[in-house]
Amino acid sequence: MFTITRGRLALVSAVAVGAVVALAGCASGDPLDEGNSSSGDTDTLVVGSQDYYSNEIIAEIYAQALEDGGYTVDRQFRIGQREAYLPEIEGGSIDVFPEYTGSLLQALKPDAAGGTADETYTQLQEALPDGVSVLDMAEATDQNSWTVTQAFADTYGLTDIASLSKVTEPITVGGNSELETRPYGPTALKEKYGIEIAGFTPVEDNGGPLTVKSLVDNKIQLANVYTADPNISSNNLVALDDPDGLFFADNVVPVVSDKVDDGAAEIINAVSAKLTADTLVELNSQSVNDQAAADTIATDWLTKAGLL
Amino acid sequence: MNLFASAIDWILDPANYVGLNAIPLRLAQHLLFTLVTLVIASAIAIPLGYLIGHTGRGRSLAVMTSGGLRAIPTLGLLTLVALWVGIGVVAPYVALTVLAIPPILAGAYTGFEAIDRRTVDAARAVGMSELQIVRKVEVPLGLPLLIGGLRSATLQVIATATLAAYVADIGLGRYLFSGLKNRDYAEMLGGSILVILLALVLEGIFALIQRFVVPRGVSGRAGPGSGNAGRPSISANLPERSTAIR
Repeated sequence: MFTITRGRLALVSAVAVGAVVALAGCASGDPLDEGNSSSGDTDTLVVGSQDYYSNEIIAEIYAQALEDGGYTVDRQFRIGQREAYLPEIEGGSIDVFPEYTGSLLQALKPDAAGGTADETYTQLQEALPDGVSVLDMAEATDQNSWTVTQAFADTYGLTDIASLSKVTEPITVGGNSELETRPYGPTALKEKYGIEIAGFTPVEDNGGPLTVKSLVDNKIQLANVYTADPNISSNNLVALDDPDGLFFADNVVPVVSDKVDDGAAEIINAVSAKLTADTLVELNSQSVNDQAAADTIATDWLTKAGLL
Repeated sequence: MNLFASAIDWILDPANYVGLNAIPLRLAQHLLFTLVTLVIASAIAIPLGYLIGHTGRGRSLAVMTSGGLRAIPTLGLLTLVALWVGIGVVAPYVALTVLAIPPILAGAYTGFEAIDRRTVDAARAVGMSELQIVRKVEVPLGLPLLIGGLRSATLQVIATATLAAYVADIGLGRYLFSGLKNRDYAEMLGGSILVILLALVLEGIFALIQRFVVPRGVSGRAGPGSGNAGRPSISANLPERSTAIR
């Protein structure tokens, strides 16, 4: 019995010592700082994407077009939201990344003026850090929007964001946690338009099916659904007009590193030239409604557009 | 900057103790959510486990089902249920109850099975009804393993209850999601530390319960050679039926 106790004591001590060592290791360095690890191979282009199905489709289109042009591509998809991958782009470990002009501009320069699509694009070019640039933007946009149900809009005669101040019932906003702190979030609604927001409910699926269902169920009244989302038309939702430019124009734009040479740039620009607003909604619809995989959607579209 | 130090700073920051996102409020929500989940799971799993343990029937079915339940990814189930019933606390309750049932169920029926058959037969021989056997012999003697099952369920639920914040404005998971999405890692780590502390406190409480609730003569911590050869011997760590020869 004594030996059992001693054995157990030894085990407990070993675990405790191990834990202390592990914790000390954590405390001494910043575990998030990986340094500037470039991905080695000079002729491999790293294509990244947000953790958003539509962004992944666009990234896959870039990747397949580049592969068709003879480039070697390393896919780093579904990295996360902007907060997670922006440092990676700035650090040069990603070479091609589909982005959205206005949102990226606001992330880089919170006090940017914004404006029309072209004005936003120009400001974005100036705001980008050294070693990172943008190629031609596409006509396709996928904007943030404040979206309500058609029924809710009809009840209060809602047309644009400012008209939300006419709503007499409490408005609950739903969306990802980061929506609460974004420059167009609930705080901006109150400050700019005097709209009272009763509460915020986290629905962590990027304006996806859970968010849409919550709107339709009236669990939330106001949500951020991206304008290229096919759910808007299929669920009778209304993206409120934004005449004051609370949301910046969000054209799809490829962010690239210096490793992207003229040949690669030409290939990606050819893709952007054919990426229209309707195209993007159609591509998204193939994913949402037909459950097609990103690579299938990309191949189909590139073939149809004559780019493969 | 040292991440741990900033996480501790975050926990101690008075600004985090006011409003709707205050730490005490989130802690209370998390605790209440965990307790309610455990009560629901117990209400389902304990009677079922007792039935299986007493009759000896359906054991393999229970093992297979609870094994299957354990394999269900909680976040997937949560999303699926939320798409069905909508956002709010219902979906997390369902998903977490499914998570909590297997260990409680196993604790309940192994608790009965671990009892020396001679003890049960003796109870029957002195004229106890089946209900009396369950109430006066099997339930008290099976308690150490049941509490063990509850303890492990609690640990799993308290850690996984952070997922409730995926579709509802409750619990410590809010700090994790919002910290992750806003790259506020001090908040994220601070939230994790709070979850760990809560788990440790509940572990301590369960350790105390295990010590006091177990009837005399049945020690949950009785190891080999503790010298009670003639009495029913049950070990919380050994779910096998105790052998006749000791």
